[in-house]
Amino acid sequence: MTITINHYLVVSFLLFSIGFLGVLVRRNFLTILMSIELMLNAVNLNLIAFSRRLSDLTGQVFSIFVITIAAGEAAIGLALTISFFRQRKTLDVEEARTMQG
Amino acid sequence: MKNLLWAIPLVPLLGFLINGLVYLLTHRTRGESHGHGGGYGTDAHTAATAPDSAHDTGHDAGHHDIPFKGLHTVVGVGSVAIACLLAFGAIFDVGLKAFAEGASHTITLWRWIPLGVNQAVGQIHGGAGEWFVDVTLRIDSLSALMLAFVTFVGSLIHLYSVGYMGHEEGYGRFFAYLNLFMFAMLVLVLGGNFLLLFVGWEGVGLCSYLLIGYYYEKDFAADAGKKAFVVNRIGDFGFILGIFGVFALFGSLDFPKVFAAAAANPAAYTPYLTVICLLLFVGACGKSAQFPLYVWLPDAMAGPTPVSALIHAATMVTAGVYMVARCNVFFRLAPNAMIVVAVVGAFTALFAATIGVAQNDIKKVLAYSTVSQLGYMFLACGVGAFTEGMFHVTTHAFFKACLFLGAGSVIHAMGGEQDIRKMGGLAGKIPTTYRTFLIATLTISGVPFLAAFFSKDAIKAAVFHAEFHAVPWLPKALYAVALFTAGLTAFYMFRLLTLTFWGTFRGTKEQEHHVHESPSTMTIPLVVLAFLSVVSGYVGVPIIEHGDRIGEFLKPIRLPISGLEEHAHHAPLSVELGLMAAAVAVASIGIYLAWSWYAKGEGRTPARLAAQWPGVYRAVTNKYFVDEAYERVFVQGLALGGGRFLWEVDATVVDLIPNGAAAVTKGASWVAAFFDQYVVDGLVNGVANVFQALYGLFRRAQTGRVQNYALVMGGGLFCLVAAYLLFR
Repeated sequence: MTITINHYLVVSFLLFSIGFLGVLVRRNFLTILMSIELMLNAVNLNLIAFSRRLSDLTGQVFSIFVITIAAGEAAIGLALTISFFRQRKTLDVEEARTMQG
Repeated sequence: MKNLLWAIPLVPLLGFLINGLVYLLTHRTRGESHGHGGGYGTDAHTAATAPDSAHDTGHDAGHHDIPFKGLHTVVGVGSVAIACLLAFGAIFDVGLKAFAEGASHTITLWRWIPLGVNQAVGQIHGGAGEWFVDVTLRIDSLSALMLAFVTFVGSLIHLYSVGYMGHEEGYGRFFAYLNLFMFAMLVLVLGGNFLLLFVGWEGVGLCSYLLIGYYYEKDFAADAGKKAFVVNRIGDFGFILGIFGVFALFGSLDFPKVFAAAAANPAAYTPYLTVICLLLFVGACGKSAQFPLYVWLPDAMAGPTPVSALIHAATMVTAGVYMVARCNVFFRLAPNAMIVVAVVGAFTALFAATIGVAQNDIKKVLAYSTVSQLGYMFLACGVGAFTEGMFHVTTHAFFKACLFLGAGSVIHAMGGEQDIRKMGGLAGKIPTTYRTFLIATLTISGVPFLAAFFSKDAIKAAVFHAEFHAVPWLPKALYAVALFTAGLTAFYMFRLLTLTFWGTFRGTKEQEHHVHESPSTMTIPLVVLAFLSVVSGYVGVPIIEHGDRIGEFLKPIRLPISGLEEHAHHAPLSVELGLMAAAVAVASIGIYLAWSWYAKGEGRTPARLAAQWPGVYRAVTNKYFVDEAYERVFVQGLALGGGRFLWEVDATVVDLIPNGAAAVTKGASWVAAFFDQYVVDGLVNGVANVFQALYGLFRRAQTGRVQNYALVMGGGLFCLVAAYLLFR
């Protein structure tokens, strides 16, 4: 069996859905961060799959950008996590709702 | 160098901008930092866990030492020193000899106010009759003289301030203001037309206000600043009316043009010039503290002492004399205005000197002395001796700056004490200050062969030989006043010297322990100024052939007026020597009386005299109640009483109209109120109710949980994609 672009897309879709679900349902700050990473990587996979299929390097360049930005995002997210933990002694995002209308 | 004329005022202006900006951005007032700290305190757990408490320590450091003190010092003193070098460069570039022969250098920077063409007036512009004002800087012998001593004395006083103001929190603010003052003063001196002169004139007034009120948290300083500003406005009102008059009459404000026009065709302008001169003189009275507008200058002593020395003794207050000397062509064509100038000058000289006799504040004595000496200068201008007046301006700048800085050094040594009754015996403790103060005192008293001996003698001789066709006896009377004032000057200055430096110390033990000589940044200017107050008189030696070099230097400003015979008086040598002998005798009597009454007699004779004539003594110590009279007449009488009168008029006459109108309005407003209440308010409330209902709905969506938002976002995306797939 040859691996076509459809396989990649299905994997990417599954990864993305798992990540998205994680973001929606988990309460732990760290888990949510990891879920976001998962979604980003799903997108990367998607980009590279199409890049390969269309023989266009732009998609790969984009995915490298995404990885770079994801690194920054992870750093900021972890910093936020630490300062949040110092203030509230917990990582439950339910506690971070003082800005409601 | 002479083409760099524009840089001379620019450098202090840059200094002002740098100092001012740095001070604004770095200084912390006490109130602010407290408020800040309190803010941290209330948020308790933040402060406890906050990892960055560096913020607070940064604040504390600001209280103890002055931020950027070195920068303020370098920029503040350096900019004025550079201006001084540029000024001397420009002067020597044109050349002293060339100045004396009437050379001048003008640079026009840009057209400032183009006013279009006016055919009616514009005689001296030739064909087009175009009205305009340019930004023109001009240096001739008169402004060269002013420029030289303003920048030089200014540099010395800036240097002095480094030591004197060293412990002040507002160090940067002080130097920013001082630099701004130098800028304004240089614009005043270099301005090539009346309007630019006026800009500088107002600029120095503003800086004077800012610096008098430097200790703004003290009421008396803030009040003194306001008083100076308001009194100066009265003078400036006259001055600007005078400028309007000049513009209306000549169609130009350029000094060379208007003076040349007036000198060439005096008959056309003479009828108006008396009024213009009197208006200009009102301005000079305000700025140069002449009766009746002198009241602000003694109060101006509330400012720091270097300010008193620079602004209220050496430079700004002489601007009035400079302006009158500048307009000498006008004044010479208006003999009646000249009489007013002479009489006001002589009266102020005598009046202020008598007040100075009974003051006990070291700076107040010097302030009244300044008013008195300015009176001398105006007396000189009033009898047509403009060059002699400017000569005295120059020597006065040196010795009075030296006296004020010496007084500042004394106050510094005494830890802020200004009352001479609590001083005494300081000569041995602060020797440099004492020696320089002694030299300056001898100079102002008119001791032979020191600077003021020559300049005062030149003025007195000019007054003695003056001729007033309207009032022939006046010059001799004025001479008597001037001579008596010279004696009084010697008396009160030696009284000041005796009480401050001789005898025994009369202050407290702590003060005696505290007394110390000032740092060298303060003593060096003192020594330089003392030296100059000895030698600066030798530019104007009378009797000797070509001895009066300053007179020859300033000669070009006296444009010859066509049809006006003015002959220099060459009095016989015996008369000249007699006048000098009289001056020396009077000064000696003054010095002897001060010495015998205060040094030898320890103040018994003056006390007896005061007891004998209590009325006179009370009047003199209370400055003739002039401030009280102004308070009664102008503040209470005109401002408040006039206000009450206008209120009465308003309540009885003017109110009839509004009352009638009010009745009509009331009726109309009833109708309007009905409409407003039911129609307009109905609309407004209806709209508000709709929104109220809506917001109740929408606020539920704002839960504050990111996951809710993400879910809605995902749902929305799903719906959109689904719709796209279904309906494409």
